[in-house]
Amino acid sequence: MRNGPEWLRRHPGFAYGLLAALLAVLPFIVGAGLGKGWVRVLDFALLYTMLALGLNIVVGYAGLLDLGYIAFYALGAYLFAWLSSPQFGLHLPFWLVLPLGAMLAGSFGALLGAPTLRLRGDYLAIVTLGFGEIIRIFMNNLDQPVNITNGPQGINLIDPISIGGFSLGTPHTLLGVHVFPPTLYYYLFLAFTLFTIFVAMRLQDSRIGRAWAAIREDEIAAAAMGINTRNVKLLAFAMGATFGGLAGGLFAAFQGFISPESFNLMESVMILCMIVLGGMGNIPGVILGAVLLTVLPEALRYLGDWQRAALGHVVVDPNDLRMLVFGLAMVAMMLFRPAGFLPSRQRRREFRAEDGVAEQEQASLYDAQA
Amino acid sequence: MALLSVENVAKRFGGLSALEAVSLSVNAGEVYGLIGPNGAGKTTLFNCMTGLYTVSDGAIRLDGVPIQNRKPHVIVGRGFARTFQNIRQFANMTALENVMVGRHVRTRTGVLGAVLRDRRSRAEEQVIRDRSRELMEFVGLKNRGRTLAGHLAYGDQRRLEIARALATDPKLLALDEPVAGMNPNERREMGELFLKLRASGITLLLIEHDVKLVMGVCDRVAVLDYGKKIAEGVPDEVRRDPAVIEAYLGGAPS
Repeated sequence: MRNGPEWLRRHPGFAYGLLAALLAVLPFIVGAGLGKGWVRVLDFALLYTMLALGLNIVVGYAGLLDLGYIAFYALGAYLFAWLSSPQFGLHLPFWLVLPLGAMLAGSFGALLGAPTLRLRGDYLAIVTLGFGEIIRIFMNNLDQPVNITNGPQGINLIDPISIGGFSLGTPHTLLGVHVFPPTLYYYLFLAFTLFTIFVAMRLQDSRIGRAWAAIREDEIAAAAMGINTRNVKLLAFAMGATFGGLAGGLFAAFQGFISPESFNLMESVMILCMIVLGGMGNIPGVILGAVLLTVLPEALRYLGDWQRAALGHVVVDPNDLRMLVFGLAMVAMMLFRPAGFLPSRQRRREFRAEDGVAEQEQASLYDAQA
Repeated sequence: MALLSVENVAKRFGGLSALEAVSLSVNAGEVYGLIGPNGAGKTTLFNCMTGLYTVSDGAIRLDGVPIQNRKPHVIVGRGFARTFQNIRQFANMTALENVMVGRHVRTRTGVLGAVLRDRRSRAEEQVIRDRSRELMEFVGLKNRGRTLAGHLAYGDQRRLEIARALATDPKLLALDEPVAGMNPNERREMGELFLKLRASGITLLLIEHDVKLVMGVCDRVAVLDYGKKIAEGVPDEVRRDPAVIEAYLGGAPS
């Protein structure tokens, strides 16, 4: 058993094959083992993975603390709702609406970035927080004088995604297997998540990714090395927002209903927590963080059942206890693994390099004495 | 025509006048030293020249083109790179990555190229990598590429900063106290590196405290004191200038 992971490491093709097979049958296993509700949780885990990877471009790569990221998710979702629901009687196809939503969010990302270029750290966080709230409040109030967003009631009956007449919103029987919508959406979301991972990886290891890292490390030095810090920062905001918008569109189609309530500050904070918890800047870490923080609060709903099993009756309301345990888990995590579950390459290297550095310091000490 | 000409540059921070009508010109191919006691305004002048500060008055021209109050990356793009007095590295990136960042201004791959990795982007990335390795070797950091920049020995960090600045293909390289905190051995090696840089056709502008080094490698020297230029000329003349002696030693014996 102990040789298992080592063997897989030496045969990456096999490891990826195994992972692909697992991802392919996951909704069926989860659906059969834990119940159909958990397939929806899986879908949300994928959506949040996309969101976390998008925010990771801004926070992890470029080092710009953004607390209003959910606004871009909202923009993507609302654009989808406007263009394919009875709200305006428009029913455009998803392959048109999704990119439009991503583009809208991307442009708003640049728009938000523009006034914050001179800000850093806490100040930037506060301004982005304000932006996130502005979008939410707009969505909440734009039902008058012209009804655009339908206010707090939100927009209902959003078209499900339909690929060439094959609607993901209705159950199908494929090859004799009954497949219900959350499972169908799972595969769509998985495809988009893989696409997001691909783009995030390629960007990180590129001229653009290096420029982002340089700005994160030292903005003044980056400028003095010829990096147009304004453009490169705006690009980070826009790229991150684009993925937010894309995820938002998928969310709207999947839920069939959106309201401003889904896009509150807590959501932005959660996505940021996913990144920090998983390992800022590191793609596998961010994915792990997103999946954990989506699944954990759901799993903690069972706390009531556990209490009943252990004590015979429910002592504390599981809903109260759930967030308490969740908060404690976050605090413990930050105390024991401050760099996250899977720290980024750089952070890991920092730990591993200690010996080498000690030798170097020793060597230069000898030089000084000589 | 001078490669760099500074004309009556003034810099005021509120009521404080850090630079007053400073003029100097650096010719292509020379090593030009800028010296002066602490707080004389040397680094302020550097920051004005490289776009980190706006000037309050006056003009700075590179190859005859005004560069005062332009953004730092524009100035780097025109061929004027710099290093910092207090080392400013991208500490959590590897040494090689630091140098590769310097190539940014000379390369073009955007988001689409980065994601698609088409032939042109891959070729460009390879050139960035090769050129950066070459520069690491040039400054004497061969085989240190994979080390985290923040973990390099102090002297090597200074060398890395020079390699990173060189990666921008500068005509003029400004070094802010490049040997500060180094032992005599390291200083001598740095002096050799400066001569090697000049031999490769790069004009050097040097802020330095180490008078011996300045006198050894500089073709011409300017002396700043309280934000004013008090002397300029070949090192030997400047060394005997009474105003310079007064600035450094505080009054000639009477």
